[in-house]
Amino acid sequence: MSRRRVVVTGLGATTPLGPDVATSWAALLAGKSGVRTLTQEWASTLPVTIAACVAVEPSEMMDRVEMRRLDRSEQFALIASREAWKDAGSPAVDLERLGVVIASGIGGVITMLDQYDILKNKGARFVSPHTVPMLMPNGPAANVGLELKARAGVHTPVSACASGAEAVGYAMEMIRTNRAEVIVTGGVEAAVHALPMAGFAAMKALSTRNDEPERASRPYDTDRDGFVLAEGGAILILEELEHARARGAKIYAEIAGQGLTSDGFHIAAPDPDGGGVQRAIAFALRDAGLTTRDIVHLNAHATSTPAGDVAEANALRAALGADADHVAVSATKSMTGHLLGGAGAIESIFIVKALQDRLAPPTINIDNLDPAVTIDIVREKPRALPAGDIAALNDSFGFGGHNVVLAFRSY
Amino acid sequence: MALSQAEVLIGIKEIVEEVAGIPAASIEMDKNFTDDLDVDSLSMVEVVVAAEERFGVKIPDDQVSALATVGDAVNFIVKASV
Repeated sequence: MSRRRVVVTGLGATTPLGPDVATSWAALLAGKSGVRTLTQEWASTLPVTIAACVAVEPSEMMDRVEMRRLDRSEQFALIASREAWKDAGSPAVDLERLGVVIASGIGGVITMLDQYDILKNKGARFVSPHTVPMLMPNGPAANVGLELKARAGVHTPVSACASGAEAVGYAMEMIRTNRAEVIVTGGVEAAVHALPMAGFAAMKALSTRNDEPERASRPYDTDRDGFVLAEGGAILILEELEHARARGAKIYAEIAGQGLTSDGFHIAAPDPDGGGVQRAIAFALRDAGLTTRDIVHLNAHATSTPAGDVAEANALRAALGADADHVAVSATKSMTGHLLGGAGAIESIFIVKALQDRLAPPTINIDNLDPAVTIDIVREKPRALPAGDIAALNDSFGFGGHNVVLAFRSY
Repeated sequence: MALSQAEVLIGIKEIVEEVAGIPAASIEMDKNFTDDLDVDSLSMVEVVVAAEERFGVKIPDDQVSALATVGDAVNFIVKASV
């Protein structure tokens, strides 16, 4: 029996660029930045005072009573899932064949910190009974699973900034292995808060270009100095191909393979040899039945850190060889900032849109391309992708040495 | 000074509307928190803590399960306020 194929039939997102996929994608193609100066009082005490918060607050898209029982990351998950589910045509599916795989890098950290403040200031009696369901990292997946009554399994892979991509890959595997016909999958993050920001800043991981927020996230530029923390959620509906065909679903693209490796090198620093990234790319291509010749576009992890961008670029050149010359590489974190556990999911959506519209999005803020970068970066303007059957890769890496590469094909 | 039944009912209506989103107009003394107002066990904890704070009374945890209806809660609070 031939392997079950998996396609993308719905998309949803709430991002620093817009409250839905259409608005976010349009802003991305226009080269807009979602990074702003934080206005919260706590921000003024930090070495970093910029971040990319969602363009539209959940309170404008969600009922008040529902919101108060949900962590902000859970709110993002439900908002993006509702858009994606509707976009997929609210598919009629046996609930025992419907699953949810939604990741978060950090979990409900804002809830945890807010409730700890209440514990300290008012006492244990006043800690919300919703605290644990709100802070648990599987909360976003669990809430979406409850809303849709999904019974094939609800899962939450956690691998820091690779979490979102790992979730999408896990979802693909659930359909391939016949555990489900339809999966709601993606990633969310809501960690724009003093403590996580202070922690990232202490690692010197964040850009301190506080006076020019829109110019701070600048992957591959010689003056890049760290990533910009972002928040949001991104959800894809994955569906078994014949199931999608049988109901006449709109099919955006096929998710064709994944490659997962680990560095075994350092808790936070990238392996300068990039061996783990190269192996992940090779595995993803093999799993998808593709070769380097088929790849025309790649959404890089490229967070705008001095070490990470070059390590990844070198690994891409090594893995793709001469074929890297025809791969249009986009670093969309230059506009969205870094959604941590949501990054691999929003960038999967951007790849799906790129394959559909035949347009690779731009990478903004490269005033001077780092001479160590020898891959072909799409700069100021979107670049047209070829007609016919094309394929693209999505790179995601996480603290801990996690490498996840997803392969998508046009459909 | 003891609170009146009427003023406690007004307060409970406001708390339940805030916590559970039930319109105050539909909250009456004979309504059951679970069956009529969809206040689950977690939300009931919120109602109790908010009522303690608002009315300056103590509602011990082992008494909460006996508060099946809005009237049960109102009467308990009125007595406790004496």
